[in-house]
Amino acid sequence: MAMAVAETYRRVQQWAERRLPALTRYRRLESLPIELHRRRIYIVPSGFGAAFGVLLLIMLAGALNYANNAALLLTCLLAAACVSSMLVAFRTLDGLRLSAIQAGHAIAGEPLALQLHVEAGVRLRQAIRVELDGQTHAFAIPVHETLAVEVPLPTEHRGWQPLPRIQLWTSWPLGLFRAWSWLYPEMSVLVWPRPEAAGPPPRSPTDDPIHQRLHHGDDLAALRDYRAGDPQRRIAWKASARHEGLLVKDFEQPRPRLEWRLDWRDLRHLDSESRIARLARWLGEAEARGVPSSLWLPGEEIAHGAGPAHYARCMNALAKLP
Amino acid sequence: MSRLRRKREEAPLEARPFDLLCLTAAVVLVLHAMQLPPWLDAPLAVVLALRWWQRRRKPGRAPVYLKLPLVVLLAATVIFHYGNIFGREPGSALAVGLLVLKLLETETPRDAKVAVAFACFTLMAALLSDQGMVATFVVSLGLLPAVASMRALQPARLPTSLRRELLPAFGLLLAALPLSLLAFVLVPRLDSPLWGAPPSGQARTGLSEGMSPGDFVDLLTDNHPALRASFDSEPPAPAQRYFRAYVMWHYDGRRWSTLPTGRQPVPVEYRDSIGYRISLEPTNQRILPALDVPLSAPGNAILGTDRAITSTKPVQDPLTYELRSALSYRLQPELDESSRRRALQLPAEFNPRTLELAGQWRRTFAGRDDLIVKAALALFHEGGFSYTLAPAPLGRDAVDDFLFSTHEGFCEHYASAFTVLMRAAGVPARVVTGYQGGYWNKLGQYLLVRQSDAHAWSEVWLDGRGWIRVDPTAAVRPERVSLGAAAAAAAGQSEWQGIAWLREMRNRWDVVNRWWNEGVIGFDALRQRGLLTPFGVRNTDTTTLSVLLAASSVAFAVIGLIWALWRRRDEDPLRAALRTLERRLAKAGVARRSSEGPQHYLQRAARALPGQREQLDQLMRSYLDLRYAHQTPPPEPLRRFRRAVRDFRPRHVVK
Repeated sequence: MAMAVAETYRRVQQWAERRLPALTRYRRLESLPIELHRRRIYIVPSGFGAAFGVLLLIMLAGALNYANNAALLLTCLLAAACVSSMLVAFRTLDGLRLSAIQAGHAIAGEPLALQLHVEAGVRLRQAIRVELDGQTHAFAIPVHETLAVEVPLPTEHRGWQPLPRIQLWTSWPLGLFRAWSWLYPEMSVLVWPRPEAAGPPPRSPTDDPIHQRLHHGDDLAALRDYRAGDPQRRIAWKASARHEGLLVKDFEQPRPRLEWRLDWRDLRHLDSESRIARLARWLGEAEARGVPSSLWLPGEEIAHGAGPAHYARCMNALAKLP
Repeated sequence: MSRLRRKREEAPLEARPFDLLCLTAAVVLVLHAMQLPPWLDAPLAVVLALRWWQRRRKPGRAPVYLKLPLVVLLAATVIFHYGNIFGREPGSALAVGLLVLKLLETETPRDAKVAVAFACFTLMAALLSDQGMVATFVVSLGLLPAVASMRALQPARLPTSLRRELLPAFGLLLAALPLSLLAFVLVPRLDSPLWGAPPSGQARTGLSEGMSPGDFVDLLTDNHPALRASFDSEPPAPAQRYFRAYVMWHYDGRRWSTLPTGRQPVPVEYRDSIGYRISLEPTNQRILPALDVPLSAPGNAILGTDRAITSTKPVQDPLTYELRSALSYRLQPELDESSRRRALQLPAEFNPRTLELAGQWRRTFAGRDDLIVKAALALFHEGGFSYTLAPAPLGRDAVDDFLFSTHEGFCEHYASAFTVLMRAAGVPARVVTGYQGGYWNKLGQYLLVRQSDAHAWSEVWLDGRGWIRVDPTAAVRPERVSLGAAAAAAAGQSEWQGIAWLREMRNRWDVVNRWWNEGVIGFDALRQRGLLTPFGVRNTDTTTLSVLLAASSVAFAVIGLIWALWRRRDEDPLRAALRTLERRLAKAGVARRSSEGPQHYLQRAARALPGQREQLDQLMRSYLDLRYAHQTPPPEPLRRFRRAVRDFRPRHVVK
């Protein structure tokens, strides 16, 4: 039932937006930075404000009926304060500036962290709320400061995803009026593909056992000073006896001479989305193990590398695939 | 999504808004404390304190088995005390109680909003019982914690101290003051109430229609103002300041009372009269006190047979009326037979010794009524009578007891005994109650008459002179007439002297109360109609008022919008200068793109305006130098740059 109502509402909203652009108060796409000003801030009484207005009317009727001027004065004072709060609500949004949006990384289906850089300008901004896709976050910015408001953006598919409309609203100071402005920044975020849950490991030229054993280090390489946390059985007791401090046997470590060559062309038996998912998983595993990897994609080739920047580059390339 | 929203709203209330809410409730409780019975005050205060302490330790609603009995108990208490749950006083008591109990279940911002709105309503209810200036001011200050609570309910505020929370609320109320005053003046008042207005709770017991000796004791120690009078010319001398209210004819041996009055006032011959204006405090009675003998009645009032003025409806709010009175006069020169009979009426078989004394006088003075009056006054003056506010009680033959055994009392005793003596001696007489004396406030140029100035005296009818006033109390204690009741009692009660300076201060302070009563409380439908008289509009009707209200609201809205739209200029003069330059260039067709830095932009402008390339290059270099070569731009080059920008006039692009 509620779903049906929500759906109907959404349809009516879409229709109204298409046919009555002036009435619906939604913005068209615009480029950053966006500064809020009087032509794009709207105010209506909130539900509480409407109820409070009814209360004020009751108080007014009572004061007039009993010809009680003191009560009338109090009612007028309260009403005037409430009306003035509308202007304060407007001023809270007026001059606010969205200077930049920084998008984090996320794989499809998981929320992407958006950082909205909001500049306060010459006024103190309190109790401002940013509403994005039904979720609200409140923040306050001191005078002349910029705040990075972090908002999660739900994602569905890999690739470029345009930002939805963002609503900045406030009911400051008394909660009686709701002032809002729609922001529709012309910006898209790149959503990474979702890695497959499980699958075969990548076929690697460095996979043969001889190569691996060569790097299995059981030979004593050197003695070094004891460091807290070294296992006891590693301590070279005989050598230590001739020395001031404890000495520890250092074995040759297996060198991570592994490197994964991930190639689009090796996965001919899969369809393209499955290939992307598998490559994404392999990239993730390589990143987790610290294995250098290279990636070949149609139209883009990424040389060996490791680390977060490399991983991000590869994932971006995967995300951008048609 | 709707579930999400609900969940978010049910986030628990923070500590700060709850503290402010408790403060609001405490203020409401204190403001109502005087009206509520003390055994309701104390438990409510305890409940409030306990709830505050409980929520500080561990948030959580009070359980239903605690709330429900408390609500029932509250309702039962109110019904038990007032006998009713509707009406002004029980309603207020119930509202205050419910507000405190509401806090027991206040755990979410939504609850808090309801509580704050309700608190505003109960604050107004506090004014129903007292419209005084101080009360109104204090109740208005009571709005501070309420407004601050509403503010504190907003999420994501910068943290501040509790004291700082109240400050912005004060600023908001202060900014709202002009608009509220305007609305107050212009909101059309009702000529008649929409629904039945119950008797006002703010009237004080004043004079009453009946009088028996001893009635005035409470009144004579009540220092509340009864009325204020301002005179067109010089005020009358203290001995002339008699405000008549009730004229009492009937005596039943214990009690004097008024008779039904006709609408035809008795004739009066007078030489000169005095015009004055009286502001009467609410009395809940119809009588309008007037100085001595009024010549006519104000609107909505009747001048009775005895020239006592009766209003058409009880006075429930401060009332101002204008009158003219005669101070030297002959009232009712001819006494008709029925009036004479009524003026000589005495109950049978009361006060035998008094009758005997009066009979003796009648024989001695044989028809010389004025000598009988003198004899009675001489008796009071020389017979060992004393003035006290705490006289011994009197028995069945009250006048006998007073005249022959106790010898002590105050105005009521003297007036009653004197009138009985006169009637017994065959002189037509009656008792008059009202106010006598008052404090002349020099600053406000008005006479302040307090309830303690209530007085009773007699009027006797003498052939050829009509009704003349005789004040037997003056024979005993002349200070009562010249200085007032308090001074008269001072000799007997030393406590009065200690607070004399306090009384003096109160008398001076009263000028503010008078202004408030006349200017604010007394601003009714009638006064509102005369609002525009200085501008030539005789009758300002509701339509005019509405139009005025709308027009001035628009004016205020414009002022408010100007304030709201006003933005502080950029403080950085360098950036401001560059903005000016950008504006001028944009007019010439070279607008700065949002991706362009100043260097690129000005270079592009120089290319677009080849005629001014030199100038623009120079401007660009100085800007870059000012902006990037220094931490803060040095003043002298900055001034030069600004001047250069000011003098720069782009010539339009020549294609």
